[in-house]
Amino acid sequence: MSITVEALCHTYHPGTPLETRALDDVSLQCGRGEWLSIVGHTGSGKSTLAQHLNGILFPDSGTVSVDGMQVVEKSPNMRDIRRAVGLVFQYPEQQLFAEDVMEELSFAPTNWGVQSDRIAPLASAALSMVGLDDSYLARSPLNLSGGEKRKIAIASVLAGEPSYLVLDEPTAGLDSWSRRELTDLLARLKKEGTGIILVTHDLDIALNLSDSILMLDRGRSAAFGAPSEIMRYLVANSVPGLRLPDIAALSAAIGRSDPAAPLTWDRAELKRWIKARETGGRRP
Amino acid sequence: MKTDARTVCELRDVTYVYPSGASGRAALSGVSLEVREGEWLALLGSNGSGKSTLARHLNALLIPTQGDCIVYGMSTRDPANVFAVRSAVSMVFQNPENQIVGTVVDEDAAFGPENQGLPPAEIESRVERALEAAGLLAKRAKPTYTLSGGEKQRLAVAGALAMDAPCLVLDEPTAMLDPRGRADLLAIMRALHDGGKTIVHITHRLEEILWCDRAVVLAGGRIEWEGGVEPLLRQDGALRKWGLDAPPLVALWRELGEETGLALPRIPTLEGMIDALCPLQ
Repeated sequence: MSITVEALCHTYHPGTPLETRALDDVSLQCGRGEWLSIVGHTGSGKSTLAQHLNGILFPDSGTVSVDGMQVVEKSPNMRDIRRAVGLVFQYPEQQLFAEDVMEELSFAPTNWGVQSDRIAPLASAALSMVGLDDSYLARSPLNLSGGEKRKIAIASVLAGEPSYLVLDEPTAGLDSWSRRELTDLLARLKKEGTGIILVTHDLDIALNLSDSILMLDRGRSAAFGAPSEIMRYLVANSVPGLRLPDIAALSAAIGRSDPAAPLTWDRAELKRWIKARETGGRRP
Repeated sequence: MKTDARTVCELRDVTYVYPSGASGRAALSGVSLEVREGEWLALLGSNGSGKSTLARHLNALLIPTQGDCIVYGMSTRDPANVFAVRSAVSMVFQNPENQIVGTVVDEDAAFGPENQGLPPAEIESRVERALEAAGLLAKRAKPTYTLSGGEKQRLAVAGALAMDAPCLVLDEPTAMLDPRGRADLLAIMRALHDGGKTIVHITHRLEEILWCDRAVVLAGGRIEWEGGVEPLLRQDGALRKWGLDAPPLVALWRELGEETGLALPRIPTLEGMIDALCPLQ
């Protein structure tokens, strides 16, 4: 059970002067209960890739499959594919449409044909997952703060109980507190068996929380692997628009002057090593 | 009453309640604050703390429900002052898409000075200086839709600079930018500060205030803390209480300072930390 992409190519406006190769030979895999992060600079093709994962866009060549179902235009399985893969767009709060939060949260389960007596518990559960209580159900989404709207938009996708959650820059514009709340929620969902695919340019989140990372550079896959492999790649190669997180950059700089230093993005690990060096555990 | 010549803006016991606010709760309660000439002031707070509401008082977009806002000695309450206030204090907002009015880069930057009724030669020279400062001179003839998000935000800054206001208020200017766009914009803000501009920088990212002169923390519409950047970064529990997470490098700097005798920089910039922690090669 996984989302699998093989040798995906996508060109916008083929055959016109605006023709742009957005994705070129990109492959990835993410199972249920795994966290894959897709990183890359603005314009690297991250969002285009995300939109292939539940059939908003279709490949020119290559394949996308969800739990063995091919994502192709007019697939008889399209409904199951879209039910399995919940997509949270960039700035999802711009898509809130309902008169109250309850209606907003009922939309996905109603579409999936969930029995009406099960919808209210689903809505409530989705609200509590994003840290809001039932008092929000009767409120208009338009009268909420920016952070609350974002949470409602995410809850409306969770209410459909997707097996995979694809999120396009969900932390953009959130304060650090809300960002932490959101990454905690994603870690919990992953533990409970949801596959998480996070599109982000926050390498700090990607390195700390993912099982694997796909790095895109101008539509091509620059690297795909475990966070430690991606970190080694970034230390050795400069990728436009991507910066190592500060702790990783500091650790790489110390490593250049002292090869015994660990190459890490983990603050606690780097601190332990610095303190050991300081208290006389200095290596030759 | 005349304010101190060194004060650019002053809030005196300002309370603000949004007229449409369903809750009737004050977005700002009893806020007093001075912005001093030439300083780079960080205005911090989590989502909903009242920092944008405060910023909108500084150029008379909002008028206090109670209390007063004084800009260069002029009360924003008097409609006769609004033009002069807005010529003294320029705003840059969060979303670059909402701030572009021109179809070509230099046309957009000229919008402000044209509205000020300046002679064409003066507009021309101001636009050139502003685009230069924002790193956009090479793109002056490009259509605005071809700019990246980061470039659009720099164009918004150029538009504000072209007004020649001595004070610039930026409301979360980096929130919608990628790391590259954010770094570019911060570099421009540093250069403007070095050139003597007064900057009020609203943000919830502590890594952006490392070069600021002073920081003010808002929570629940009140000022909770005011002081230098270094003492603010040394707070830990309090930062979390205000919804401000210390970035990992700041946390490492604080912890190493508390737990070791290492000589660390006064402010934890990456360059400073590398210098302090890498033995001479």
